[in-house]
Amino acid sequence: MLEISNLHVKLEAEDKPILKGVGLRIAAGTVHAIMGPNGSGKSTLSYVLAGRDGYAVTHGTATLDGEDLLTMEPEERAAAGLFLAFQYPVEIPGVGNMTFLRTAVNAQRKARGEAELSAGDFLKVVREKARALKIDAEMLKRPVNVGFSGGEKKRNEILQMAMLEPKMCILDETDSGLDVDAMKLVSDGVNALRDAGRAFLVITHYQRLLDHIHPDVVHIMADGRIVKTGGPELALEVEQNGYAGILAEAQ
Amino acid sequence: MTVLDGGLQPEMRDGVDRETIETVQAMAGKYKYGWQTDIEMEFAPKGLNEDIVRLISDKNGEPAWLLEWRLAAYRRWVKMEEPRWAMLNYPEIDYQDQFYYAKPKSMAGKPKSLDEVDPKLLATYAKLGIPLKEQMLLAGVEGTEEPRRVAVDAVFDSVSVGTTFKAELAKAGVIFCAISEAVREHPELVQRYLGSVVPQSDNFFATLNSTVFTDGSFVYIPAGVRCPMELSTYFRINAENTGQFERTLIVAEKGSYVSYLEGCTAPRRDTHQLHAAVVEIVILDDAEVKYSTVQNWYPGDENGVGGIYNFVTKRADCRGARAKVMWTQVETGSAITWKYPSCILRGDDSQGAFYSIAIANNAQQADTGTKMVHLGRNTKSRIVSKGISAGRAQNTYRGLVSMHPKATNSRNYTQCDSLLIGQGCGAHTVPYIEVKNNSSRVEHEATTSKVDDDQLFYCRSRGMDEEQAVALVVNGFVKDVLQTLPMEFAMEAQALVAISLEGSVG
Repeated sequence: MLEISNLHVKLEAEDKPILKGVGLRIAAGTVHAIMGPNGSGKSTLSYVLAGRDGYAVTHGTATLDGEDLLTMEPEERAAAGLFLAFQYPVEIPGVGNMTFLRTAVNAQRKARGEAELSAGDFLKVVREKARALKIDAEMLKRPVNVGFSGGEKKRNEILQMAMLEPKMCILDETDSGLDVDAMKLVSDGVNALRDAGRAFLVITHYQRLLDHIHPDVVHIMADGRIVKTGGPELALEVEQNGYAGILAEAQ
Repeated sequence: MTVLDGGLQPEMRDGVDRETIETVQAMAGKYKYGWQTDIEMEFAPKGLNEDIVRLISDKNGEPAWLLEWRLAAYRRWVKMEEPRWAMLNYPEIDYQDQFYYAKPKSMAGKPKSLDEVDPKLLATYAKLGIPLKEQMLLAGVEGTEEPRRVAVDAVFDSVSVGTTFKAELAKAGVIFCAISEAVREHPELVQRYLGSVVPQSDNFFATLNSTVFTDGSFVYIPAGVRCPMELSTYFRINAENTGQFERTLIVAEKGSYVSYLEGCTAPRRDTHQLHAAVVEIVILDDAEVKYSTVQNWYPGDENGVGGIYNFVTKRADCRGARAKVMWTQVETGSAITWKYPSCILRGDDSQGAFYSIAIANNAQQADTGTKMVHLGRNTKSRIVSKGISAGRAQNTYRGLVSMHPKATNSRNYTQCDSLLIGQGCGAHTVPYIEVKNNSSRVEHEATTSKVDDDQLFYCRSRGMDEEQAVALVVNGFVKDVLQTLPMEFAMEAQALVAISLEGSVG
């Protein structure tokens, strides 16, 4: 589904390479995790895939179902089925959460040539999905992410993901700032979306999220490269021994 | 932030923003009212002198006292100087190079009913989406569960084309007609109140208006009457090189209520046109007036060619105890906006509110705000101003809050937010605060922010294109003000906000 090949990226503003040849193949129906120390380029990878400004791709490719992601606008990537759950979800004062969701859902449907959801249909679906994430009606009315707790923001990201039904879901440190209960809610939300046609890329510092969302493949990223790939046991190794051993081995 | 407990806060309304994007998408094109009506006009000769003033008065069939009133204003005006304190930059206006009176020839015979009005004029308003037939509703409200009826006074250049629902309003004792008609039919009311809120001597543009004012609306709500429907006036400038100088007078007797709406459009032209209006509102004990404006005069093109010069004096006098007034304005049009709808809080316990959205894009300049003059005891005022600047535009909030010695225990809350889009525009805030007693309280909060790249990326990563994303963020910014508008105006205003900012990003 997602294929990344020899991807080199630098910051546009300064001539500083961040990704130095990343390669990844993620098949439909699988969950991949990327772990790595701070500054290894994990978040940059997620931003570059989603199309954020400020990065320059100097080499390599990234495709989603064979389509070149890197030449698309962010909204085109979204309509093609890519979703990024933000590490720091953005506040939009004055815009109701529900309005935001409905605008996003209908924008994507329109881009794909599908009929827009009516207000009634939309409301039914959103209420059902919100209930599963313990998001109440009040939170749907409040302005997007404004005054939300850390846990509420992350649950809200998962609600957006559930409503948009993307093919390729990238979760950027969705576990940061979550207590145990919130982590469970978020993980349940993600697990409920797992199916044969959908793939996940879970970026995290810690093993504990992977206790709830079981990955098929675990990658270790360091200094802009994937330095080691393995099964779920690789995450446990990191948890027990830290990154030092793996990094030394990679060099 | 302290929220005043007065009755003038907007109710929260979920439905308003739900349709934002659909509405925005449905309205195509930039300035969609830029066409003109091809109709035979009768003009007074160009320029301004006593003969022109006499001619205007004569055309309206006015009594001698009004002609004298106009002439007194004229004699004062010729000695006055145009104010230049606003943060506005425009070339000298040649007041002798304007027409001060323009009337469709077909209106010469004073049609008795709308059926007799020139079809070309009716078609003009139909094209603007303004219903001049009583069974029609304002565009955009059809299909709502309880369609609300709105009475309309339609003003085309210097004359009122017609007013709807007059008979039904008359049953309730409400007078709603063109001011020229009020001068003939209700001279005692007009003579009593005209110039009592905005005196002839008030300022250069108000004095000019007193000299040459043509049509505008007159509203009289008798004591204890809640006006059975919304009243509205639509102003259309059509003729070239013609100024529009409407005058509106609203009188709300004790315990009455009215909600009044005003809309304005003009054709796209590459010369500037002058608009200098005066609105006076008199509010007696326990009465309440809501006055909403969606000002969408032609703003000029991207390079600042053409557009309306809008110099307007609007003032409400809360003459009675517990009187309330609420101004809401959405200012998207005009090349130059100079406008400060004000509240004189004379009666004890009276309340004034001013909610404003001012958008300036391209080469537009806006210097707008309000004056809250607290004279009575326990008076309250609230100001919420949202200024949006894009392109090379300059947007200034200028406001006065004045607490007089006798206005004890009075309160004001002011919130003044500016949003910048792009690098070339400016936002300025000029608050004047005078407090002359020890028991009153004034609060002022101001913010300036930019449309944030993170917000735009967040919206786009969810599938919205850049213009949708900007419309959403901006509508969120102005939401507290949009909520104060009547529903049908809120929808129109929301769409306008997006259209006014078209092309401002990317």
